Amino acid sequence: MLIRVLEIVGEYFIFLGKVFRKPEKWKIFFKKLIFEMDAMGVGSLLIVSIISITLGSVITIQTALQIESSWVPAWTVGFTVRTSVVMELCPTIISLLLVGNLGSRITSEIGSMRVTEQIDALEVMGINPASFLVLPKIIASIIVNPLLIIFSIFFALFGGYLTVLLTNVVTMFDFIDGITSFFRMYDIYYALTKTTVFAFVMSSVCSFYGYRIEGGALELGKANTQGIVVASFVLLILNLVITQIML
Amino acid sequence: MIEVNNVSKYFGNTRVLNNIKTSFEKGKVNLVIGRSGSGKTVLMKCLVGLLTPDEGNVLYDGRDFYDISDDEKKSIRTEMGMVFQGAALFDSMNIQENVMFPLNILKDMSKGEKLDRVNFCLERVDLINSNKLFPAELSGGMKKRAAIARAIACNPQYLFCDEPNSGLDPKTAMLIDELIVEITHDFGITTVVNTHDLNSVITIGEKIAFIYKGDLAWCGSKEEVLSTDNVLLNDFIYAQPLTQKIRHI
Repeated sequence: MLIRVLEIVGEYFIFLGKVFRKPEKWKIFFKKLIFEMDAMGVGSLLIVSIISITLGSVITIQTALQIESSWVPAWTVGFTVRTSVVMELCPTIISLLLVGNLGSRITSEIGSMRVTEQIDALEVMGINPASFLVLPKIIASIIVNPLLIIFSIFFALFGGYLTVLLTNVVTMFDFIDGITSFFRMYDIYYALTKTTVFAFVMSSVCSFYGYRIEGGALELGKANTQGIVVASFVLLILNLVITQIML
Repeated sequence: MIEVNNVSKYFGNTRVLNNIKTSFEKGKVNLVIGRSGSGKTVLMKCLVGLLTPDEGNVLYDGRDFYDISDDEKKSIRTEMGMVFQGAALFDSMNIQENVMFPLNILKDMSKGEKLDRVNFCLERVDLINSNKLFPAELSGGMKKRAAIARAIACNPQYLFCDEPNSGLDPKTAMLIDELIVEITHDFGITTVVNTHDLNSVITIGEKIAFIYKGDLAWCGSKEEVLSTDNVLLNDFIYAQPLTQKIRHI
């Protein structure tokens, strides 16, 4: 079992070695990059915004209920919501959501190209398929995912704002006061660093599982599940490591 | 000319190709025939470099494909065209874009030159009026013809076709065969076709290699294939009741 895991890790790094090569033509690379950024970013914006708004609403209500004490200042609710959303909920939970959404799309796309011999066709033409297909996806996700997380933070705080407005769990003044108090730019750096690493893991691991498929539709389904599970697992481990290093 | 020198290939402990030694001649349609699972596709994949042989080598006009630098290998690959069994057209592109794809990546041509070349190739396979259709909108025969157009787009010196008429009706299969012969003779390229279609064997096979369980069991021409006394080949050729009747007549 351990040997098999080490073999897969080795295959993954060999795969990355093939991916990070000079593109055949820069013009085509940038065209593919723009296409991928559009597909990943615009395609995920709706689901990210819906989940972020509900996430922000729920965390606001839960925090307000937990901190019902005259000893704790009322602005603590806004402060806690902002800190949770910026430092953990949006970078990690939304990245996990993106693994399911974008990661499965990447695995399916590359996997079906492998199954239908389209990757072999590229190879016979003298094109490096790993670099041609995967590099634009990795770069696009590294650019797009942090932008999605910034949007997500905004929407989560907006969700909290709407909840306070509609339910009055704390006063609007206290909530805004909490959100704007003790702001550290380092928290944003930390969130974006995590997101960038998660984006790389998501796109490269899911591409790897799609690229190495041998067989047909059954293997494609298996690879899709494996890609999502492994990418999510690695993402959670790295979350712990980055948190330990940066905080 | 492609020379195959003592090529062997193993999958685990199973020997799939056993010391294959043959050559595929320039300007001719060279057929590799054999039953399903005999090793035809593995041999073709070893020829184009999708699989690496465990023993032996493949020479492209004297250049050893497995003993050259990556750049030289890439240069030989730009001289290859391949038609896959399932056509392997890119789903996200229409037919015109599919045929233009290798030109976009591999050639430094103006847009007009590329368009002229694409139109020439599509006209050659009689698909000029279907150039805006996507692969999902094409019939099996049209897909194969589009794949042939893409394979010849870069003026290849070597054309490989893996079971080009499998899954097609006899009439369409004949059209594909005729197209392969015309292209081979018109452009003087070395064509290698994997098939188990008997009609192809007796109509287009200028040089035929018969593979049986990974061994090269027979080599000859379409004229010789019907009169050979090779038992294995006869078992393959006259396996169907129809061909058995023809043999007795």
